[in-house]
Amino acid sequence: MAKFQISRRKFLTASSLGLSGIMLSGCDAFDSGLGIGGGLRSFLENANGLTWRAQRLLAGRDALAPEFTEADIRQPQRPNGVTAPDDDTYKGLLANNFADWRLEVTGLVEKPLSLTREQLQNMPSRTQITRHDCVEGWSCIAKWTGTPLSLVLDQAVVKPQARYVMFHCLDTIEQSLSGDIKYYGTIDLIDARHPQTILAYGLNGKPLPVENGAPLRVRVERQLGYKMPKYLYKIELVDSFANIGGGRGGYWEDNGYDWYGGI
Amino acid sequence: MESVARSQPADADATTPKDTTLIYRQSRWTRLTHWLWAFSLFFMLLSGLQIFNARPQLYIGKQSGFEFNNTILQIGAENTDNGPRGFTEIFGHRFDTTGVLGWSGPPGQETPRAFPAWATIPSYYDLGTARVVHFFFAWVLSATLLVWLVAGLINGHIGRDLAPRLDDLRKLPHDIVDHAKLKFHHAREYNTLQKMAYGGVLFVLLPLMIITGLAMSPSMDSVLPWLNEILGGRQTARTIHFTVMVLLVLFFIIHMLMILAAGPINELRSIITGWYRTDPPEKHDQPTERSA
Repeated sequence: MAKFQISRRKFLTASSLGLSGIMLSGCDAFDSGLGIGGGLRSFLENANGLTWRAQRLLAGRDALAPEFTEADIRQPQRPNGVTAPDDDTYKGLLANNFADWRLEVTGLVEKPLSLTREQLQNMPSRTQITRHDCVEGWSCIAKWTGTPLSLVLDQAVVKPQARYVMFHCLDTIEQSLSGDIKYYGTIDLIDARHPQTILAYGLNGKPLPVENGAPLRVRVERQLGYKMPKYLYKIELVDSFANIGGGRGGYWEDNGYDWYGGI
Repeated sequence: MESVARSQPADADATTPKDTTLIYRQSRWTRLTHWLWAFSLFFMLLSGLQIFNARPQLYIGKQSGFEFNNTILQIGAENTDNGPRGFTEIFGHRFDTTGVLGWSGPPGQETPRAFPAWATIPSYYDLGTARVVHFFFAWVLSATLLVWLVAGLINGHIGRDLAPRLDDLRKLPHDIVDHAKLKFHHAREYNTLQKMAYGGVLFVLLPLMIITGLAMSPSMDSVLPWLNEILGGRQTARTIHFTVMVLLVLFFIIHMLMILAAGPINELRSIITGWYRTDPPEKHDQPTERSA
């Protein structure tokens, strides 16, 4: 023991000084390289592509998210994000109980659609008790009822060059200098045609409440909550999202979240 | 006993002891993977604490209780007569952790945040970026563990140095006493407590970290739905993930203290260059046994 005492003291002093210096300057440098579009961040984001491909390989097209029982529904679905849209268009539709609301299906489709709530609800439905996982870390189990998105896509006949489904929403998520930004997001056609991907109009046996996205919201059960837009009014089939918003495929994606929200 | 070998005059030069030997102790695979882990665990910890800050609560079960209580840990801030205070609540016991947990920042500029800026990447609140960093190093960490496992099985490191033997059990009491007395023996072989610590990290904690991390992924949940069932639900998996983090931090602290106590130059040299200076052979005691 004794023989190391001097070198140990020197080592301690030098290393703690050195380490704290590296950490302080390193963290600052690290912070600045991590902005969207930054070189360091772009490099690190390659791992997300790897995760996406690996999980797609493992999960395939049709592996189902776990479904739960009625006994697991222990609370109302926790609302998050916008819970009461202040947009005039939305408030007008709500005042009329969404009688004038339509779901537009446009873009790269052979037969553009404009569906009423009744038309959607008269299509075959699917009910599932699933766990909603928020990117923040919490989970909530609820029963969702809706029209499988694949049926709507089939009715509109998707053109072969379409690659993504883009969701347009009625709620303003951010008021920026260049105008209001309404929520938007994209998923690929594999998730869009997944058996559990539904356009939900029912929650826990009742009509979908405003705070959870009335009249219609998306459920993409193998991804996180930010991939399931609420207050839906338009579905657009696109071949790329490079020219939409910030080009990263959605509102939260343009603010730094991964486009693939399966992890 | 050992005091015989150590009762040299104080001026016996530490850097050139006469009867110690340098041995090649750590293979390049061990050294490379060690530093890759050190590097990636550093970033995973700091980005993980940032991710935790987005929801600074831990729950038990399949979901988070909003209308019922299954919260076992909460870090938050509250307004009191003395201004805003940070608190940490564990199993219903509340502690004032102002300045570190719940409420922290430069004087006059404190903000409500679970873990303080110095403990998170990025230092400011940014969940999206923390996830990018976390998942990048998750791949690095997992790949490194796999490389280490394959290399360690092939080159014999795991079988020779880490695999527990009956002998280890016999030496355990003596080993604990020696550690408690800060009496360290420098030999090629790991002592029993070292085997337990390294083996525990590499075969229990890190795999458990990866498993609970995968269990939290909604996509992996469709591939391995039984995983969350075994673990007790996604929120329990998240709680285990956090608990293992705490254990890894404890391991790191003890690891650093042991290195400092056992002789940092020699220990660092062996994990950087592979070469390690062993104690002089003991002539008077337990001749067939290693110095421990």
